Formats: sequence, C-alpha cells, structure tokens
Amino acid sequence: MTPRMPSRASAPPADWRDSLPPAEGRYSYAFLDEGAKREIRRRMLKAVAIPGCQVPFGSREMPIARGWGTGGLQLTLALIGPEDVLKVIDQGADDSVNAVNIKKFVTRVTGVAVTTDTAAATLIQTRHRIPEEPLRPNQLLIFQVPIPEPLRLVEPSERETRRMHAEADYSRMWLYLYEDIVKFNEITVGARYPVLVNRRHLMDPSPIPRWDLPKLDRGEALFLFCAGREKRIYAVPPYTEVQPLAFEDFAFRVEAFAGRRCARCGSVGTYLDEVIDDATGRRTYSCSDTAFCEKALRGNSVKEARPSGEDRA
Amino acid sequence: MTPILQVRNLTKRYGPGCARCLESTGARRETNQCPRCRSILACREVAFELYPGEVLGIVGESGSGKSTVVRLLHFDFEPTTGEFFLSLNGNGAPKIDPGQNLFGLSAFHRRQVRNARMGIVYQNARMGLRMKVSAGGNIAERLLMAGWRHVGRMRERASGLLEQTEVPVERMDELPRNFSGGMQQRVQIAKALSTHPAVLLLDEVTTGLDVSVQARVLDLIRGLQQDLGVATIVVSHDLGVIRLLTSRTIVMRHGCIVEEGLSDQILEDPQHPYTQLLVNSTL
Amino acid sequence: MGYVAVRGGAAAIENAEKFSEVRRAGGDATLLQPEQIREQLHLAVDRVMGEGSLYAPDLAALAFKQAAGDTFEAAFILRSYRTTLPRLGYSEPVATEGMRVIRRISAAFKDIPGGQILGPTPDYTLRLLDFELQDESVSQTRQRIQQLLRDTERLQPLPERFPKVVEMLRREGLLVQRHASGEDPGLADITRQAMAFPAPRSAQLQTLARGETGGMLALAYSNMRGYGSVHPVIGELRVGFLPVPFKNPRTGSVECIGEVQVTEAEVIARLTAAEGSARFSLGYGLCFGHNETKAIAMAVLDRAMSGGEPAAPSEDQEFVLTHVDGIESMGFCNHYKLPHYVTFQSELDRLRRIQARPGRPKDEQP
Repeated sequence: MTPRMPSRASAPPADWRDSLPPAEGRYSYAFLDEGAKREIRRRMLKAVAIPGCQVPFGSREMPIARGWGTGGLQLTLALIGPEDVLKVIDQGADDSVNAVNIKKFVTRVTGVAVTTDTAAATLIQTRHRIPEEPLRPNQLLIFQVPIPEPLRLVEPSERETRRMHAEADYSRMWLYLYEDIVKFNEITVGARYPVLVNRRHLMDPSPIPRWDLPKLDRGEALFLFCAGREKRIYAVPPYTEVQPLAFEDFAFRVEAFAGRRCARCGSVGTYLDEVIDDATGRRTYSCSDTAFCEKALRGNSVKEARPSGEDRA
Repeated sequence: MTPILQVRNLTKRYGPGCARCLESTGARRETNQCPRCRSILACREVAFELYPGEVLGIVGESGSGKSTVVRLLHFDFEPTTGEFFLSLNGNGAPKIDPGQNLFGLSAFHRRQVRNARMGIVYQNARMGLRMKVSAGGNIAERLLMAGWRHVGRMRERASGLLEQTEVPVERMDELPRNFSGGMQQRVQIAKALSTHPAVLLLDEVTTGLDVSVQARVLDLIRGLQQDLGVATIVVSHDLGVIRLLTSRTIVMRHGCIVEEGLSDQILEDPQHPYTQLLVNSTL
Repeated sequence: MGYVAVRGGAAAIENAEKFSEVRRAGGDATLLQPEQIREQLHLAVDRVMGEGSLYAPDLAALAFKQAAGDTFEAAFILRSYRTTLPRLGYSEPVATEGMRVIRRISAAFKDIPGGQILGPTPDYTLRLLDFELQDESVSQTRQRIQQLLRDTERLQPLPERFPKVVEMLRREGLLVQRHASGEDPGLADITRQAMAFPAPRSAQLQTLARGETGGMLALAYSNMRGYGSVHPVIGELRVGFLPVPFKNPRTGSVECIGEVQVTEAEVIARLTAAEGSARFSLGYGLCFGHNETKAIAMAVLDRAMSGGEPAAPSEDQEFVLTHVDGIESMGFCNHYKLPHYVTFQSELDRLRRIQARPGRPKDEQP
C-alpha cells in the first residue's frame, strides 16, 4: 500500500519475539498495525502544526481500559523505536501501578530499554505530572489525557465547543473564572488549569498541577497530548508560548509549599506529596517526582529543579 | 449625512423555496407562506438605513418579520439573501473593508463585529442573559469578549452601568433569575451598552412587563438615548413605545415594509390601510 | 493504606493477577470449556460479540471465560484483540429481506405475509426456576432434543425469504423517507475516524450497533416512558442469519465468505405535530447475534435522534452517541480507582487558601 515511512518505529530488533510468551507472537512490533501507527503520526504532525488545537483521530481499542492512558499509550506505540529509552510515570512516580502496567506492556511488545532517570529517557509517558528535571530538546513528553476539552467545564456539547474554538470565543471560560472570584475571591481551579497556547487555542494541559504549567511555556522538549477515549491529539511544540488564563489583578499562582522541603531528600522547590503518618497522624512531605528525589538523595550533581513560579503570586 | 447602518434586500425564508415564493407572498397577498411549497418568508427584500444618533422604529403585529430583521442584523441566524453594511470606525472594531457585506463574513469576524459594534436587548431576558451567572458577570462577559482582563476595572464598569440603568449596585453579584422582569431588562440594557456599541437593537423590550414597570423602563431608555446618542432600532408592536422613543418608523406586514416615514406623520396620518388599522385600533 | 497500594509496583500487580486467576478457576467444579460457553451460554456470547464489535463466537466465548462472566470485560478483551487485526476490506451491502430467519414477528399486524414465526424465545414462558436443570442428565437431555428434532422434520420448511413488513407500509406511502443524509457521500467508519457532530446516519448506526446493551436500554427506556416522544410499535423483529458477500479483490466477483447471526428491529413511531406531514416514521436497529432488547432499544434511539430539536437526552444524538459505548464508559468509570493524589493536592491548596482568606464583605451578609 503506502511506502514504508522512514520512521523511528522501523524494524524491531531481531530477537524481540523471543522475550514474549508464544501467544503474543501474534501481535506486531509495538502492538498497533503499521497503518494505525502511520495515521496517528500524521494526526500528531497536524497537531504540532497547530499548537494547542485538538485533532481528532481514529483511536484504537487497547488492552488497557479506556481512561487508563490508552491515548498516551497509542502515541507512545506509534512513535517508539527500538533504540528509544522509555520512562513512564504516574503522579510523578515510576513505580505507581498504572505506570508499571504501561511500562510492562510497552517493553513486552517492543523490547525497548526502560529507565527511571528523566535525563536518560528519550520518550516519557506521563499521567498528571511533568518531571522536575528540565527536559531537553529531542525528548518527547507524552501526556495521558482524560478530558481534552478545556471548555467542557462550561459547555457539554462538542458541537458547541468546536464552534467556540473555531471562533476563538473563550469569553465563557474567562467568565467562569470571573464568577469564581466573585464567589470565593479566588480562582478555584486546581489541577487541569486552562492555558492559552500560542495566543490562539485554549488548551487543557491534562490534570497536571498548576506547578507544572510554567514548564510548558517555551519548553525545549516536544509535548504531546492524547486522549484515547475522546479520540483527540494535541501538541505544544518546543519554544511555544503557553499562558495560563489569569487576570491583571488576580495573577496565576502555583501551589504553595512555602517553607516545606522533602522529608526524604531535603529538596526545596519540588512539587510535594502530603503524607499522613499512620501512627502519629503527623503530616510529612516528600517529592512527587520519585526519580528526582532518588537522584537528589544519591547526591548526584542534579541541576536544581527549574524554579517554579511560586513567588510570582 | 452617511448612514451608520444599511440593509438591502434582506430575506429570510424557512422551507425549500420555489420560483413562485416571492410573487405569492407579502402584504398584497395577505400571507407570508408560499401556497405552493409551504415555505415561510419571515422577511423579504427588506431595505432601510439608520443614521447616527437616530432612533428608528419597526412596528408590526406578531409574525410581521420585525424581530427577524433585528436578529438577522445581530447575526443570531443566517439570512437567505441580503446585504448589511455598518460603519466600523470605533474602538475595538475589526479591520474590515467598509464595502464588505457583513453577511459574507466568517462566523469569527461576525462575532468580532457584533461584540465591538452592536448591543441587543431581547424581549425574553433568558435570551440575553445567563441566568446562572451573576448580573455583574453578565456584563463582564461582554467586556471579556472585548479583551478586558482586570477584574477590578470590570466590576467598576459594571457597577457604573447598573447605576445608570437603575439597578441596585449591591445586587451586582446576585443571579438575574432572582430579579423582577423589569430589573432583568435593565441588566440586559446595561450589558448591551457596556462596550459603547454603535448600534443598539431593542427587540420588544417592554412587552410582557407591568404597565408601571414598562413606563419606567421606557423612561430609562429615553434618558440613556438622550445622554448617549447611540443609534437605535426599536422593534415593537406597541405604537405607544414607537411614539415615545422613535423619530422615524418602518411598518411591516407579512414580511414586507408597507410604509415608512417620520414617526409623527405615520401616527397622525397613516397612508397604508394596514397602518391605518393599526393606528385606529390602539385608540 | 492507599499510599502503599499505589506504590506497590510490579510484584503487587502480578500478585493481583494471580489472585484473580485463583478466583476464576480455583474451585472444585469442572473447568468450563469455551465450546460449552459458545453453545450453552450463546446469548452471553452474542452480547459480547455485539459490544466487542467482532463477529467471532469462539473468541467471544474465550473472552467470556477469561473475564469470568463479566460481559463488559469480555467485550473489552474482544475489542482490544480486534484492534490488532488488519483491515482487509469491506463486505458488500446485503438486504435483510434475504435473511435466513429463525424468528420473525410483527406487533403492528395480527397476521403478516409469511406469517408470525415465534422461533426460539422465552418470551411466553413463565420465569420459574427450573430445578430440573440442577442435575441435568446428559443422556436424557440428548434424547429429548433428538426427539424434538425428529418431530420438526415432518414440518414444512420455512421459506427462504420473507417480505418485509415495513416495505408494505412504505409502498403505501405511509412512511417518512429517511435518506442516508445528503452531506454523507460514503459510509463512515467509526473505527477509523473520530465522530464529528452532526454525525452521518451510518456513523450513528455503527455506534449503536456496538453500544452496551444496558446503557442503550436505559436511554431508550427513558424515551419510551415520557422523556421523549417515541411511542414505538414493532413493525418487525427478525432473528436469523445473513450471508457476508465479499468482492474478491483479484477477480472482482462477489463471493459469500460466511454467515453471521443478527437481530434486526424496525420500529414504527407515530408522528409528533412538529414533524409535519402525516406519515409514520421508522427507527432501525441491527446488532450481532441474538439480542432483541438491544435491537429494539437501538431502533427506538435511532428514531428518537431523527427529529430536529432534541427535547430529551435520548433525542440528542451527541448525548446518545457519546455515552452508549460500554468499553469507554466502563473504562472511564473505573479509572477513578487510579491514584489522583497529585491533582487532589492541587485542589487542597486552593481550598486551604480560600478558607484562610477573609471572604468578600457581601458574604457576611445574611
């Protein structure tokens, strides 16, 4: 049919089938058939060309459940080549159940090397976090997206939200924030905070904390977002402006951890998990990015986590 | 003087349409429904101008097409045919060739034109206001569309407008669904005026209100009109409203304009038999 | 504690999998064979094929076994297997008039040309627990069934074709013409393209055909009960087998490559005043296997979505079509079991800040 694309996902290593149980020999390299991979890559290119714009695609069913990262997984499988080094995180952790499950599946169908080290990974699939360590050019960060439509908060109909995007009609989103301020003297949106990409498209950054939004703005890596259930791909190419919606007199503000440091590695300026101790009921805090924490603990000369905008408020 | 707004050949048809539609409908045929294809011509070949500072009335019974005309001008739905020109000099207006038929613009540009240059007040406040958003928020929405991004300044502007339209400012953060009909109309007027529109469209704004409330809303509109001098189209079936607010009037019936002229003349010396009937029946 | 479960890692996942394997096959009973499921739990298999959108009775039976009887899960397993299969082509269209019928009824007429064929159905049976089945003897059951089959040999065979009831109504000009919709040049393929709204009818029917039976029933039921305007009459309900004609890509000749069992429902609904001309309207349902509830619910929803302005959720095509897929709804429902502590921390931050600040003066008023 179509000539083979000179893609990253070209020939699998010769021995990859050997590592699989016999029944799985029925599945091709990276699970998806090449036609599906090509289509997903084409859609991804379109998404890169129009930063922040949701591009529909023929989402395939995956052997993990809808809502559990089937979008991110399809992008990963469409893009991953045998020479890639994969990292998968959920809530910032490499050993979270969902991350482990996805990593297990991808290595089973590709045989690629895995890592927990952000700097060593070429392709990172994530749910709900951006790693603390700054990403470099040529790294891919693939987000799992539950609800790709930022306007869903104010409008349930897809037809209507498509129209709103086409006309750049975002006043209702702004109005939502205005009403929040009227009611609570504060914007109440926690995670999944809406951002304007390239001054044109309103985008859902997936449920990452506000803490991570500054990392999207003019970042060096390619950020790819994919919602399997909702069948949408979108992207933030490197060096693209990403601005959280904010008012001149109610500035965007990230989560406050003032004065707190990780109880484990002692880092300041990372996103912290709040943990309630079983016995004492006391709260302790530790890095949500477990790989960063580990590195800091080993005392490797890590670059400081990129200072987040905590002091911007 | 050059008109601020010009409409030509404005037709809105519901239904498939056929070659005989135009000849078999209209005021002379006493119907707006084509007997052959059953299409409805809500308005047909309507043309008029509006001049700066002028208040133009459109009067007619329900079904005459008068509301259709203003809603088409507000881009609420698409006309079948028609040309629409609007003076676009002013703050925030998109850069568009003055000879451009606005009906030919993309939805994106039409929205920009509407936000920058037009304000509308509907008979039914539900069409003009979000009932689950505070009164101040309803006004803020228009300001947000126009690019305002300062909450404090928006609230300042909203309270100023509410004061002007005689809505108690302390109720700014309440939902309009808790307001009386008259007060809802005042909020709609405040919203419509918030971005200094070049043209204000009033669609049966006092219909359905108590007589005493009607009188107060009309007084308010007249006062605002005198203060702001904004060109206005007043759609009403009520000749009292036309008499009070307008200087020039168009009479519509079965989708057609049957008579137009200075409001005083039309009310004192109607020429068209339908206008005569209309004037006589209100006495 | 939740925290530990979240960080359980690979070992815990493997153990969880093993534990569920013990739950599936750890008892003393004889292990189920897929063949038994395919034959004796055939309605479950049909449901799994329909919702899994893959006609493969053996694989559906296997999925049902693997899922320990959870039809959502079994359909999901079948769907994800389907993903890996190459798309070889599309079959040729087939007219259901030529269906090899095993059941065919109409509620609209007392008698219909070709006759009412009740076929296999528990519809008219009292739903009493049959304790005979508790200790069913293989030999006795076999004997009884062989006798039944011998008796039927004396009966006249069913005709090969039955005229369609709705065709008769259509010829009389009693039905509204529904077109495949003008803006839709070819057939949509919802497994290859994301749906856009308004969706062409082909996409609507495809989505419903692989919808989840229970979800579709709930939506259709809401419409029948009063949240909607459809008062359906079953024009015709058919269960039977359809040939699958496929054009040979080399020779160009059309060949029958197999047969699929389907259920088809055509629902006639009276018109609402808003819909103008005096005709009946028609809703269409068709799904894999023998699943009458789903086919009727599908036909009711098809009819409900055909009107103009939706007055109830079941009449809003976007509402119906985005919520009937069981694989999607089940997956999303269950994803809430995944850890959300990072986002929750973010929400906590907001709430604490709001509580720490004095409210607006107006908030203190009664």
